[in-house]
Amino acid sequence: MNKKPNRLGHTAGKTVTYALLILWGLLVLFPFYWMVLTSLKSYSAYNGEYIPKLFTLSPTLENYATAFTAVPLLDYFVNTVIFTLVTTGLMLIVTVLAAFAFSRLQFPGKDLLFTVVLALMMIPSELVVITNYVTVTDWDLRNTFAGLILPSVTSVFYIYLLRENFSQIPDELYYAAKVDGTSDFKYLWKVMVPICRPTIVTITILKVIECWNSYVWPRLVADEADYFLVSVGIQELRENGFGRENIPGMMAAVVAICVPLIVLFLIFRKKIMAGVARGGTKG
Amino acid sequence: MEKRNHKAWLYLAPALVFLGLFLVYPLIDVFIFSLEEGYNFASQTSFGTGLYNFSYVLHDPYFLQALKNTFILVLITVPVSTGLALLISVGLASIKKLRNLFQTIYFLPYVTNTLAVGLVFMILFQKTPYSDGFVNLILGFFGVAPIDFIGGPYWAKMLVLCLYTIWVVMPFKVLVLTSALASVKQDYYNAAMVDGTPKWRVFTKITVPMISPTLFYLIITGFIGAFKAYSDAVALFGTNLNAAEMNTIVGYVYDMLYGASGGYPSYASAAAVILFAIVLTITCINLIVSRKHVHYS
Repeated sequence: MNKKPNRLGHTAGKTVTYALLILWGLLVLFPFYWMVLTSLKSYSAYNGEYIPKLFTLSPTLENYATAFTAVPLLDYFVNTVIFTLVTTGLMLIVTVLAAFAFSRLQFPGKDLLFTVVLALMMIPSELVVITNYVTVTDWDLRNTFAGLILPSVTSVFYIYLLRENFSQIPDELYYAAKVDGTSDFKYLWKVMVPICRPTIVTITILKVIECWNSYVWPRLVADEADYFLVSVGIQELRENGFGRENIPGMMAAVVAICVPLIVLFLIFRKKIMAGVARGGTKG
Repeated sequence: MEKRNHKAWLYLAPALVFLGLFLVYPLIDVFIFSLEEGYNFASQTSFGTGLYNFSYVLHDPYFLQALKNTFILVLITVPVSTGLALLISVGLASIKKLRNLFQTIYFLPYVTNTLAVGLVFMILFQKTPYSDGFVNLILGFFGVAPIDFIGGPYWAKMLVLCLYTIWVVMPFKVLVLTSALASVKQDYYNAAMVDGTPKWRVFTKITVPMISPTLFYLIITGFIGAFKAYSDAVALFGTNLNAAEMNTIVGYVYDMLYGASGGYPSYASAAAVILFAIVLTITCINLIVSRKHVHYS
């Protein structure tokens, strides 16, 4: 009897839902649109617009040329790539080895040690950054890659995540390998790592995102432009570089900084979202 | 057996060295630092032990400003972002078409550089002699006079900081809530449909209780994250946050440590310990409240 009004209400509900979702989508996308748009406006065109225009009819790439020539933006990129690759690589080695010991090997005090390591997850980085800064200064590692990288390597959470995954591999495989005379290391490398590849890929990507966007530690440790990462570089450019007056140039630099991770995200979309849902924190 | 023990420690060694040097030792050291009075960076000496550093920090107007800013930021952004994320996730769960597209778009802020995108927010909100900026253009349609959101009144700066923080934290919340909603058993909804239960009742009596552990998890991580706010503020207002009256507790810690106002690791440590105490207290309160209200199946 009341089927018709119900369907009408249903359609109205759907419309409201879609309107809401589209509105939020626009709010998310608009800053991206604005940065690309601004980066394509010429310096004089941008400064001539008292009322900002929502589009441009004469896009130009000159801002990108400015961004990469007026400041050593390319060097910041190279630094960030080195920092990201080395930190992530070391993190993988440390994490895989530790997760293997915690999941597969037997030694006295294992459970206690694992509990202590898990408890370390709760320590906010703000609490340890002060002493780390003093340590790195004492070791004369300020303005070096070692100083940037070493304190950023370990992530307790990734050890935990990988250990859980390693533990799911049936014991029979291990004993069979032992009978065949396979060494522990070979078993880890040839059997466990390939089986757990999805988890390893996930933690790799999460670490890459974290490294690419890190700001606080790189800013503390490096005050010479030779060791700036992109986050520090863009902030410096904004306060002391051409960013103060050349907004389109600054936006070109911003676009350049954002593109690598967005491309990575679009390629590994499913893996990244699944990984973050399992263990990301940012919020 | 003996041989195997040694080997296990060999595998653990790298992790233990890194954790010990850069996590465990600093954790102990920060409490010692916070109690050493008159610590001198150059000679690495101090004249005594006591609570003076805490007293100094708690009487420092910059710290009180940072404390106030952080609390306002937390009290506004956590409820608003969690509520909005719930609304959007429920919307997402109810549609089929374009769902993947929406999810992908909503996730974008997570993978972008906070410092870089903050500059876009700055130019959208900024009022300069050359232009009122995009946001003021929109506000103008509603007859609002131009406001300088970046260098103007306190409430305007706080508003931009809150909006940007919400924009940054939403992807994580929407993602986690969407997967929580997807895991609620369809049987409950079917039963409610047979009984003709109104939609709003289904939402409050089935959906919310079923996802309450996730909601609670998001509220706790939201609180912790918002208390540690810093980069968002730097992106919008620059590194001299004290001058902009927009400093946060974490910002205060770093300013004490480094830069023009830096060189005081003892004060920085005291402020960091206070932050840790606040976060710990809030988390405990949350845990106690959750005992009563969270439904664990």
